[in-house]
Amino acid sequence: MTSKTIKVDYLARVEGEGGLYIKIRNDKVRDVKLKIFEPPRFFEAFLRGRKFTEVPDITARICGICPIAYQMSSIHALEDACGVVVDGQLRALRRLIYCGEWIESHVLHIAMLHAPDFLGYDDAIQMAKDHPEVVQMALTLKKYGNDIVNLIGGREIHPINVRVGGFYRVPRKRELRELAEKLKWAMGAAEKLVGWASTLTFPDFEQDYEYVAMRHPDEYPYNEGRLISNRGLDIDIADYDDHFQEVHVEHSTALHSVIKERGAYFVGPLARYNLNFEQLSPRVKALARELGFEPPINNPFKSIVIRGLETLHAVEEALRIIDEYEMPDAPYVEVEPRAGTGYGCSEAPRGILYHRYTIDDEGLIQDAQIVPPTSQNQKTIENDLWHFVEKAIDLPPDKLTWHCEQAIRNYDPCISCSTHFIKLELDRE
Amino acid sequence: MTKKNRKPKLAVWKFASCDGCQLSLLDCEDDLLAVADAVEIAYFPEATRAVMRGPYDVSLVEGSITTEHDAERIKKIRRQSKTLITIGACATAGGIQALRNYKDVNEFVSIVYASPQYISTLSTSTPISNHVSVDFELHGCPINKHQLVEVINAYLNGRKPNTPAYSVCIECKRRGTICVMVADGTPCLGPVTHAGCEALCPAYNRGCFGCFGPMETPNMQSMSKQWREMGMSDMEITRALRGFNAFAEAFRKESELHDIKNDQS
Repeated sequence: MTSKTIKVDYLARVEGEGGLYIKIRNDKVRDVKLKIFEPPRFFEAFLRGRKFTEVPDITARICGICPIAYQMSSIHALEDACGVVVDGQLRALRRLIYCGEWIESHVLHIAMLHAPDFLGYDDAIQMAKDHPEVVQMALTLKKYGNDIVNLIGGREIHPINVRVGGFYRVPRKRELRELAEKLKWAMGAAEKLVGWASTLTFPDFEQDYEYVAMRHPDEYPYNEGRLISNRGLDIDIADYDDHFQEVHVEHSTALHSVIKERGAYFVGPLARYNLNFEQLSPRVKALARELGFEPPINNPFKSIVIRGLETLHAVEEALRIIDEYEMPDAPYVEVEPRAGTGYGCSEAPRGILYHRYTIDDEGLIQDAQIVPPTSQNQKTIENDLWHFVEKAIDLPPDKLTWHCEQAIRNYDPCISCSTHFIKLELDRE
Repeated sequence: MTKKNRKPKLAVWKFASCDGCQLSLLDCEDDLLAVADAVEIAYFPEATRAVMRGPYDVSLVEGSITTEHDAERIKKIRRQSKTLITIGACATAGGIQALRNYKDVNEFVSIVYASPQYISTLSTSTPISNHVSVDFELHGCPINKHQLVEVINAYLNGRKPNTPAYSVCIECKRRGTICVMVADGTPCLGPVTHAGCEALCPAYNRGCFGCFGPMETPNMQSMSKQWREMGMSDMEITRALRGFNAFAEAFRKESELHDIKNDQS
């Protein structure tokens, strides 16, 4: 009779407070719970009664790692409610600041949160002792991503320059020039980082997922597009609530999100990549082919490489935007409130982030709904653990536990965000 | 795990928060490896799996107290910490989540969650200093990472941190930014807000919205008078003061003077 429990009380190298509980009886997995005990902060409740112009400053505070994602989804939803479309250089600047967030968030995860698992280190600081070049290079690359956010947003955490309708202040052309020099270096560094990540050893683990990501006719998705999946979903974001449902489970302060007809789904870099590969730059596609990472990639452990490829794409995209930049006449377009409901969805580094707001004719928020990427991935993470542990059941407990943590980190979970959104226990008797 | 040595032990703790302030440490890309070299990172789950037992020389605490469990946890952390420093508006003033302190939390739970019985939460979000003694409070939503390195450095070297408690106005003057309130008539919380952001918002053509909380001895009455003269309603003044530092004493008291019942929702 072999029964045991895998238990991690407090998951490390993820953003926020979560744990894991896995129950094993007679070498069969009986229960998997990704526990989220991050205390709820009730954003959707206290947004009610606030002015629509305050929303991007407030929703940024949901997540210190991806505040731009929260600002972008919220302003798009509010502009939708008010019937305003922001285009031209203002749209390009939004894409540029989002590229900055993708670079800093992806590189943070690749080098500091995920890579140590593959190489058996507790953290990147220990890893830096044996792999100083790659850690130092990653820190500089991350810094350049932050430099983009800093320049356009004012600071890297909770930027202050994003508003409904555009920005408070737009940069002059020459301010962007210094960034371009850094980004030219960053292109080579991102390529090296992808190359390095591709040499890691990936556990043999492929699953049949429903990937969900945004799709735009002309570009790799950031701010706009339709929602699609590899199983026939193809919807306008305003129809999100018709197809997706949030379910409240006892072991999580994060609501589990499911597709009504089919259940669990997968959002994030792997989903975007498998669904939008043709939209990536020629350089990224060529590198992916050269390294043997053409889609479909169905091994979530390989997400670390895909994050690297997306980083390279973001660097190239940022350079393109800077190259084509002309300072717009006004930093924002006027947005007059009108009563109604608006929908916004953007691709946060971790996957789609959906916002819906209803406002009155004075622009006061009547109702808000926010569905972060990690709550959408929770069910898929639990499914992965279920199947992964069954395959790896003979590993010694400490090794099995570490592999389970690594499997969770594949998703770069952001628990602070998803609480309304984790704890690892492995129960084996 | 390394054996005990003479480097001071640093711990980073999280309560209800967005993780942004502890991320500031990882955002010190140029200084991170140097800081990691000067201290033993004994507990910092956002960055490492490794856990060293207390006691700790310096504990950095992010986040506010919103559950019974956390109210107990902070007491244990205090007992294990020689120096306890709160980082950010959540730990120092209760954070944006302290907006519940003005409302019925049960209503909040039912707005967000389908099964309120699964949720255990206190009716208030309160700063760390309401629960244990705090050695130093670093303001900001988020904190300024250069100030964080300064504070860690100061405590490791037994000196007082150099983090001025004057207002954002002084930073504007030093930066040479034209006053947005005087020149443009833009409502600005700069005159009553604690310095530390380097007067960011006015440099981006917008009024300060109070990320660093009240300065030492702010003249709240005078600020409200100025805002009123610019045509701001009681409701607008209340909303402006009820942001990320809504439960900081000076902002709380002034907002209560302008709060018209049931006006906000």
